Amino acid sequence: MTAAAVNDIEFRSVSKRYGEVLAVSGIDVAVPKGAFVALLGPSGCGKTTCLRMIGGFEQPSEGTVLIDGQPMNGVPPYRRPVNMVFQHYALFPHLDVEANVSYGLRQRRPRIERREVAKRTAQALELVRLGGFAKRRVHEMSGGQQQRVALARAIVNRPAVLLLDEPLAALDRKLRTAMQIELQSLQRELGITFLLVTHDQEEALSMSDYVCVMNAGQIVQMAPPQEVYDRPRTLFVADFVGKTNRLSGTVEAGGTTLRLGDGRALPVVAQTPGAVTAVLRPEAIRLDRGECSERMDALGGTVTHRIFLGNAVEYAVAIDGLGEMLVTADRSAARDPAEPGERVNLSFKPESLLVFPA
Amino acid sequence: MATRAGTRHRFVTAALAAPAALWMLVFLVLPFVAMLVFAFGRRAPEGGYLPGFTFEQFLNLPARAAAFGNTLMLAPAGALLCLLVAYPVAYYLAVKAAPRHRLVLVSLIVVPFWTSLLVRTYAWMYILGSRGLPNLLSTIGLPDLRMLNTPGAVLVGIVYGYLPLMIMPIYVSLEKLDRRLLDASADLGARPVSTFLGITLPLSLPGVMTGVALVTILLLGEYLIPQLLGGGKVFFIGNALVDLFLQSRNWPFGSAIAVTLVLVVVVVLTVAMRIAWRFAGTRRVDLV
Repeated sequence: MTAAAVNDIEFRSVSKRYGEVLAVSGIDVAVPKGAFVALLGPSGCGKTTCLRMIGGFEQPSEGTVLIDGQPMNGVPPYRRPVNMVFQHYALFPHLDVEANVSYGLRQRRPRIERREVAKRTAQALELVRLGGFAKRRVHEMSGGQQQRVALARAIVNRPAVLLLDEPLAALDRKLRTAMQIELQSLQRELGITFLLVTHDQEEALSMSDYVCVMNAGQIVQMAPPQEVYDRPRTLFVADFVGKTNRLSGTVEAGGTTLRLGDGRALPVVAQTPGAVTAVLRPEAIRLDRGECSERMDALGGTVTHRIFLGNAVEYAVAIDGLGEMLVTADRSAARDPAEPGERVNLSFKPESLLVFPA
Repeated sequence: MATRAGTRHRFVTAALAAPAALWMLVFLVLPFVAMLVFAFGRRAPEGGYLPGFTFEQFLNLPARAAAFGNTLMLAPAGALLCLLVAYPVAYYLAVKAAPRHRLVLVSLIVVPFWTSLLVRTYAWMYILGSRGLPNLLSTIGLPDLRMLNTPGAVLVGIVYGYLPLMIMPIYVSLEKLDRRLLDASADLGARPVSTFLGITLPLSLPGVMTGVALVTILLLGEYLIPQLLGGGKVFFIGNALVDLFLQSRNWPFGSAIAVTLVLVVVVVLTVAMRIAWRFAGTRRVDLV
């Protein structure tokens, strides 16, 4: 028995150059079988290029892309065991829903029996809850329905890996949330690897088993969503995934005190001494009404803005001598919310201060 | 208030449409009515037209069957030949050529239009004439070949003269084809040939139909090419009309032929377009 490949997709020092521009630079990454992985990054970070190299629409300038353990250099898209859900769906406008979905099956050689094609097509449509829509023209359907057609058209081929290029970008917020849940359950049901490209951190965090954060053609961190959020490896990741408050200062000898520019000292969990940028999540801060105490780690300030977010309240607080900080408070904790102009006191646990060498 | 705005709007629309309507009335409708009247009239002894109402002219139509036959055979054949040559060119221009070269290549196709078709067709007379290509072929030992004044010569002239008119609409429809559809097709396992037959070709059919209709309609009235490259032997209805109106001055018979041609064109095109659109509009254009 030969050992089956553990990874569905593997990049071995893959680079992609467009003329002078290095879009992807020396990426090494492995996507384990059956995982839901989100490639997250700002536009132009090379994430779509990575996806297109897996699909076979781009060839790496250097390195090798492996699918299911097989090197894919020079293999054209139509011979790769992956399928893609394109941004804006790229449905065939001259074909009806059924013909769109069965397109891949009808390309198979040797041919699949007509009845079998019809059966699998119907199953795929059923799976995306478009049972009665087989004979519709695609332009007669809403954005959300077109999205499902695109999904059905891809999964009907039972690919080893499903590639999704910003699949939810064109949908409105409510539909997007619904589709996030559906995509997740679809992935569990099918058990195939999903690789999703997105610039929306919320989408990446909510759906995937692993988030792969990219910046400037490189992978910065690949980890489960919670780890990416709680223990970002770099300042970039911390900034890109979630809201942040930044503080610059120096960790003093001993490594447990962060001295800020104005001389204020904050306690930190053991760090290497030196100049640092510290990051504090808005929801890790506790806001108390009233005058600031005289403790050295206290941050006293004045509320400048209060933004109602529905399930939470966000405050902008001008800290004396430090500038503005964002604080998110649960609504339950904020039944009696602070008013703009009011004096408040901010505090936080030392371990919630994320410290990065400057 | 709304009615006054509506009246004014209608007045503006009418004013804008008036020049075109007047033009069509004077140069299309009135001549056509005149032709209808002539077609049912009699020929004056010295030529020209005598009023009357008779079907005599239409009963004479079989006398010009050859002209009808040539036109109805060679015009669609020429259009199809044009299509076969034009499609690959349009495909190359729209899909394969680098965008920065496109403008140059497209203008290369249009530039010959700056010279009169008459002059260019004359050039073909020499190329296909006995001192042209046949002469060249016989010097390398091939048997003597007559090229000029054959249906083949007329077809060559047609393809040469009408090619740009066929390339342009096809180019336009291929140019606006969404490239992501081709990626999607390949992603779903379609080989390049299948992608072409299943996606590219069906989506470019509107351009193809426009080109074929345009060229066919123009060819049905063609006069110059059969005159120069067909000699007296391969002649179109256009040539017969010139002959009847200007040489033998048989206006009623000429009118009858012209009216019949218009009717044939309308019927043929209606049927052809109906079939073509039904084909393109089917839920599944599956040529594979």
